[in-house]
Amino acid sequence: MTEDAPLTRLGKVDFGGIVKEVNLAFVPEAVVGDYVLVHVGFAISRVNEQEATRVFDYLREIDELGELAPP
Amino acid sequence: MKYLDEYRDGQEARKYADAITRLANKPWTIMEVCGGQTHAIVRFGIDELLPPLITLVHGPGCPVCVTPVELIDKAVEIALRPDVIFCSFGDMLRVPGTRGDLLSAKARGADVRIVYSPLDATRLAQANPTRPVVFFAVGFETTAPANAMAVHLAAKNGIANFSILVSHVLVPPAIEAILSSPVNRVQGFLAAGHVCTVMGYTEYEPLARKHRVPIVVTGFEPLDILQGVYMCVRQLEEGRCEVENQYTRAVRREGNDEARRIIGEVFEVMTRRWRGIGSIPQSGLGLRESYAAFDAERRFDVAGLSVEESSECISGLVLQGIRKPHECAAFGTRCTPESPQGATMVSSEGACAAYFRYRRRPAKST
Repeated sequence: MTEDAPLTRLGKVDFGGIVKEVNLAFVPEAVVGDYVLVHVGFAISRVNEQEATRVFDYLREIDELGELAPP
Repeated sequence: MKYLDEYRDGQEARKYADAITRLANKPWTIMEVCGGQTHAIVRFGIDELLPPLITLVHGPGCPVCVTPVELIDKAVEIALRPDVIFCSFGDMLRVPGTRGDLLSAKARGADVRIVYSPLDATRLAQANPTRPVVFFAVGFETTAPANAMAVHLAAKNGIANFSILVSHVLVPPAIEAILSSPVNRVQGFLAAGHVCTVMGYTEYEPLARKHRVPIVVTGFEPLDILQGVYMCVRQLEEGRCEVENQYTRAVRREGNDEARRIIGEVFEVMTRRWRGIGSIPQSGLGLRESYAAFDAERRFDVAGLSVEESSECISGLVLQGIRKPHECAAFGTRCTPESPQGATMVSSEGACAAYFRYRRRPAKST
């Protein structure tokens, strides 16, 4: 991460092997090691790790409600 | 890659599809707003995994597709002016205007360059101080903060040879237009997750109430889309019409404060024309008067250009979810990605291009 003025703060983001420099002005809370969503050279959101498994948890909840019980 | 591959798990996807099959008792038509979602749906065959009662129709969220044709003409006109360096995202280059596209302007000698970020264009402007550098600033709310930041930094750093040709559009007025149409058939929406990372989703709450439609903020991976469909169908079956957030790992209700602030600083809401749809009130963004010096339309005096569109292309109906790509007589014959009639066949996010690439046969009938 290159510390600079808030509007031009840059960070290196690894896109599964390809590393690009990305503007971090919109994610002032981001720190080294975070996962961010990048659009046209700007990080627009920091991935919330607690919420990242929700899509699987939700499926399990449906399962427990019995809606997925085998016919 | 983490936070990507796990959301493409085929077994989990089938479980979701089974759950939706058990849940759905009536036929429902749901629109995914974003072109990125459309591509995931067609590429991974998500629509074919769903029960026949559920129909997905494809929405207007393809920035290249809805950019009005006169703006393409203005881009070509500006790009051909002496000394201009015209910068654009790659998929705008082959969108046909009435007098050719940007790629043909390049072939005629224009200096047209593909950039990855608007900041690449401001850097080019700094490196070439004697030449006017113009950036083609199109897109939805997702792209607006980046483009606003480029203009803001250009103003702050005195990059006087930089300007933007702007036609930004907004999702909520498009949803309002679709729901207000007498031929509307959409009963629920998957809102575009990335737009909502920036804007949040409070704007959708009055829309859901007014039109009594469920709106589920949804991500872009197959499992995201399937969960979004499940949540939407559940609301429809239960007679609810709320805004729900499937994409909680990236979207907060209030959106991204910093990104919204820079949009408000540089842009103001205005009426915009949408290609294939027409004028929608208060549906887009343009530069505020305080940033008028960076407006390429004024700088190059092209504001007056206005044109008509090809009559055979039904992209306007496709973008509103009224028709599907393969229902067009020109699809795959007179209209292909190599020789497109309309923007929905050009863009990597266009519904016609998705059908052409992944499904050169009719999808299940709707």
